Amino acid sequence: MNSPRTRRRMTNIVMFAITGACTLGAVSVLFFILGYLLWQGGHALNLDFFTKLPAPVGETGGGFANAILGSAKLLVLASLIGIPIGFLGGVYLAEFGGTTPAFVVRYTTDLLNGVPSIVMGIFAYRIVVVTMGHFSTLAGGIALGVMMIPIAVRSTEEFLRAVPNTLREGALALGATKWRAVATVVIPAALPGIITGILLALARVAGETAPLLFTAFGNLFWSPGWNQPTASLPDTIFKYAIAPYEDWHQQAWAAGLVLLTLVLVVNIAARFILRRQRRDLRG
Amino acid sequence: MPLSSTVAANAGAPRRVRPLARRLQRGDQIAHLITLIFAATIFIVTALLFYELYTGALLTRQKFGWSFLSGTTWDPVALEFGALPFIYGTLVTSALALIIGVPLGVGAAIFLAELAPLGVSDGLAFIIELLAAVPSVIYGLLAIFTLVPFLRDYVAPLLQSTLGFLPLFQGQSYGVSLLAGGSILAIMVLPFIISISREVLLAVPREQREASLALGATQWETTWNVVVPYAKAGIIGSIFLALARALGETMAVTMVIGNDPRINLSVFAPGYSIAAAIANEFSEATGDMHISALIELGFVLFCITIAVNAVARLLILTTTRKSGAT
Repeated sequence: MNSPRTRRRMTNIVMFAITGACTLGAVSVLFFILGYLLWQGGHALNLDFFTKLPAPVGETGGGFANAILGSAKLLVLASLIGIPIGFLGGVYLAEFGGTTPAFVVRYTTDLLNGVPSIVMGIFAYRIVVVTMGHFSTLAGGIALGVMMIPIAVRSTEEFLRAVPNTLREGALALGATKWRAVATVVIPAALPGIITGILLALARVAGETAPLLFTAFGNLFWSPGWNQPTASLPDTIFKYAIAPYEDWHQQAWAAGLVLLTLVLVVNIAARFILRRQRRDLRG
Repeated sequence: MPLSSTVAANAGAPRRVRPLARRLQRGDQIAHLITLIFAATIFIVTALLFYELYTGALLTRQKFGWSFLSGTTWDPVALEFGALPFIYGTLVTSALALIIGVPLGVGAAIFLAELAPLGVSDGLAFIIELLAAVPSVIYGLLAIFTLVPFLRDYVAPLLQSTLGFLPLFQGQSYGVSLLAGGSILAIMVLPFIISISREVLLAVPREQREASLALGATQWETTWNVVVPYAKAGIIGSIFLALARALGETMAVTMVIGNDPRINLSVFAPGYSIAAAIANEFSEATGDMHISALIELGFVLFCITIAVNAVARLLILTTTRKSGAT
């Protein structure tokens, strides 16, 4: 009568070992990505990378200075669209929304969040590139800005809702009107969380390539102003990675390393702050 | 501290209390209105997105109608546009992603929720969530130089020697293929499956586990026969969410799928996905008809992902409701 029992015990051990192996596999992917990028990109990374324009085909050297600046400009534009709409939309949902309008807004936010990034590119192409007649930084920034909206709305709403009702009631009991209470008590209490949420949204769109392919388009040179096509880090990585030149691959690795480092640093810092914020608000 | 000014204003002028209150009430309405306008912008942007996709595809919709979806020829020069090869490529890569990703993801979620101590589980879940933040172009970059050669040199020969009798695993393998697209997608959707499934599993009430263990079941039997079935809807929801991600994923797939607009049965053959076709052809599209065809592809993709996302949300909602009630 010993055998079924041992078999059950064995199954127990074997199955949990398998799930442990699954976990190990999933977790090691991040370290593989990071390690491989460091190995391949580390030695291609130098000062030129941050200060020089891309070298013409056939010449070695050069850098991605225009792509770095282009990414920064795109993110500024994206923030100008994504932050006001995302933040105030989130305030509406958490503090002012009735039932039906709030349901509609929440539903469309979810819908917008699920739109594939390439489709967002088509949208910006239709409303900006077709209207202006050419590719531009503006079009890319708008595409990224729209992508930011749903993420910013969600984090704003989540953190406003996490503010205890006693704070609101306290403010109202002291005679503050609702908007005063929201603006001077509720929003300041939730602000660290909201700001980190917006930073996460920025980090997310900073790595987006697909919506930029036919909006910001890419550029081998500097892009003055907002009306011309611009290079960006993710877009340049894509173009350099699929090119047949060994030298370009090296630079793609270096750019990948820079982009990944930026994204991971923001994410790690943000998640630590968020965790503390959640604890503070609940505690 | 900012409050004190309100209090002082109210207390200091007893006779003007009513007009002040009314004025402040109006402030309430203004604040409501301003936030409502911004919230309505979200609705308008989404509606505009739908409208632009719909009208942008007008030319091909009028010319091809529903046959756009079933046509197998994609020839921009002859103005012949059929989306089936792309739809096929998208569905096959996403299916492969789920076949590879779901067992791994659910396995890891079970480990994290049922076996690992809470501190370890939180730490590992944190690392896995970081994976979701890695930009897709970086997955693509790595896949080109590591995954593609690996599949070509090791996995393909192995599959051919063991399962080569199936048409799925026949033919020459060049590395860039439907399988490469599916594999990189599997890795990319893993964090979504793991973190949501883990949360759903953690939400299963403790009594369920205790009752099963008290009846003499082993821990694995408890997990597999009690906890997982209890969380089933939520886990399936996470899989649908992963599916929506896989369907719409562009860059990584574009870089490894091979970009060949033909329907090939073998997973070693190159293919093409909807998103990859838009990414590659849009900026070089010649003529309104070609642009229109690509926008219609985008519209098809939009509709599919919206539907899949809706199902996912519904499923996740039902599970969290259920465990919230008990």
